[in-house]
Amino acid sequence: MSIRSQLLLAAGSVAAMLALAPAQAQETVKIGLILPMTGGQASTGKQIDNAVKLYMQQNGDTVAGKKIEVILKDDAAVPDNTKRLAQELIVNDKVNFIAGFGVTPAALAAAPLATQAKIPEIVMAAGTSIITERSPYIVRTSFTLAQSSTIIGDWAAKNGIKKVATLTSDYAPGNDALNFFKQNFTAGGGEIVEEVKVPLQNPDFAPFLQRMKDAKPDAVFVFVPAGQGGNFMKQYAERGLDKSGIKVIGPGDVMDDDLLNGMGDAALGTVTAHLYSAAHPSAANKEFVAAYKKAFGQRPGFMAVGGYDGIRLIYEALKKTGGKTDGDALIGAMKGAKWESPRGPISIDPETRDIVQNIYIRKVEKVDGELYNVEFATFEAVKDSGKTKK
Amino acid sequence: MTTLFTILFDGVAYGMLLFVLACGLAVTLGLMNFVNLAHGAFAMAGGYICAVLVNNQGWPFFSALPLAFVSSALIGVALERTLYRHLYTRSHLDQVLFTIGLTFMSVAAVDYIMGSSRIFIKLPAALEGQFDFFGVGIGRYRLMIIVICGLLTVALQLILAKTRFGSRLRAAVDDPRAASGLGINVPQVFAFTFAFGCGLAGLGGALSAEILGLDPYFPLKFMIYFLIVVTVGGSSSITGPFLASLLLGIGDVAGKYYVPKMGPFVIYTIMIVILIWRPNGLFGRAAAR
Repeated sequence: MSIRSQLLLAAGSVAAMLALAPAQAQETVKIGLILPMTGGQASTGKQIDNAVKLYMQQNGDTVAGKKIEVILKDDAAVPDNTKRLAQELIVNDKVNFIAGFGVTPAALAAAPLATQAKIPEIVMAAGTSIITERSPYIVRTSFTLAQSSTIIGDWAAKNGIKKVATLTSDYAPGNDALNFFKQNFTAGGGEIVEEVKVPLQNPDFAPFLQRMKDAKPDAVFVFVPAGQGGNFMKQYAERGLDKSGIKVIGPGDVMDDDLLNGMGDAALGTVTAHLYSAAHPSAANKEFVAAYKKAFGQRPGFMAVGGYDGIRLIYEALKKTGGKTDGDALIGAMKGAKWESPRGPISIDPETRDIVQNIYIRKVEKVDGELYNVEFATFEAVKDSGKTKK
Repeated sequence: MTTLFTILFDGVAYGMLLFVLACGLAVTLGLMNFVNLAHGAFAMAGGYICAVLVNNQGWPFFSALPLAFVSSALIGVALERTLYRHLYTRSHLDQVLFTIGLTFMSVAAVDYIMGSSRIFIKLPAALEGQFDFFGVGIGRYRLMIIVICGLLTVALQLILAKTRFGSRLRAAVDDPRAASGLGINVPQVFAFTFAFGCGLAGLGGALSAEILGLDPYFPLKFMIYFLIVVTVGGSSSITGPFLASLLLGIGDVAGKYYVPKMGPFVIYTIMIVILIWRPNGLFGRAAAR
């Protein structure tokens, strides 16, 4: 960071702190929601924006006598934009929360601003382990990749999968997923027979899949960014890997609910570990899915749940502080919070401010003519193993 | 050994696809000397038209393909008559700025109308899967691509080399003034050629959805591949881009299979080596203009 931008930042945060004092006397609580609404990550942004709107429709826009106002900004998942927008929101709009953050670099770019302005940063999507360590004001309601990748590694080793070939996108979340999976899978006695990292902007999986086929593993572990999952599954079937008995396993991002139906029957039988499925059989989830479908005409994915729980956390924290918007008081109110989410019981770890949640093992099945991730095993109250190991 | 042939087959299919996608650009750039960076937008239009017809209207895939070609060509004609025509005599920088602007507009428009998530075209069951040919895995869809694109290439070559239209086009390109003097309607010839290039792009877009994926960022994501094909092949004929597409397709697939760690760089390495050896591309004419 150059000296100039450091000075600017310092000036900005002083202005923000001065501005915050009178803001407490106001009757409006402002939430700056920074999401990728355009660009390759736009579906993440749209799901979270929808979920936040849905929660506010259901629960009203006043909490503890204060009116809630959400200011939505589009950063297109570019961290430079995120930082500029966060600064504008804090300094000009005098927001009391910043929230959203579709990708890890965006969440990290806003972290120093949250620290200096002493306002909570609610991470509703980004999933690398380190994020909550970057500021004492960050709380996460989404997930970490470690949570699902370690669980699928354990599960595979215990369920007769001995040899695995891995195919992961070559970027931070992909490497996170690969490393956590490898650790647990090999510790459980499994063997990695082939490891391929594919470029992030990869148009054609054919050659990589041919390598997978030739390695003759029991299963392929796959993590690619949302959107490419469909191409992967189609080409997997095209190459006949499904018929040669090679299973697909992975963290659940590849089988996100908003993509699943587009993949076609090739996806049937895929086993993934994840925090949420639209088919989660609880009353809270059935209600959530029905309301979401009615309002937006499609089923919610795990990103929507991250947003839905994020706005709920803000509401509950404000109730606890009696509408007081002091950053430290709000963070204190969020630590240890516990509730029944559409994904199942969740809580905020008081030590790390990261989410603790059930991870489910699911299999893709056809229910009423549509594809769903049907859960069949549960690992309860999973913490981020990226931090518990330390 | 059989794996080698499977890789070769996949590479040829990928190369053929690149050729259909890019050869319209070779025509506008090489024959008409017009820099059309919005070429990918026409490919995307064809892809989305095909997807809407098949997925929403229930058309069979094979009858949607020609329509993807025709409608992209019609969009091409409309834009050529209203917008592009005014830029033929302008500098290349103006053309680049104008067409890149068009590209961004098309991305935003498709994102707004169709949504930003990736879509897939429902294929007939006959095109799914692979069959075994003496131990070589042949993908049905990829085989269809090779057949369609192969026929197209032959037809294109014949049109350019043997027909009256081909000779008019070549005359109009080499010396527009003399050609008009001989009674050739130069603007009409150009409009038709441009539309044909757009139609090919649209067909390529429809064919590529299955393999490359279709989303509103298609024109930006694949612009680099189109440009590589045209630069390596040289832009003054069809043969050049055709051989370049095959070379790059096979090189890309084989590189990713045999040296996956180097994967994405193989295609650029091939390009650099060829351009050092032949700066105007494989079949380029040195400073024709």
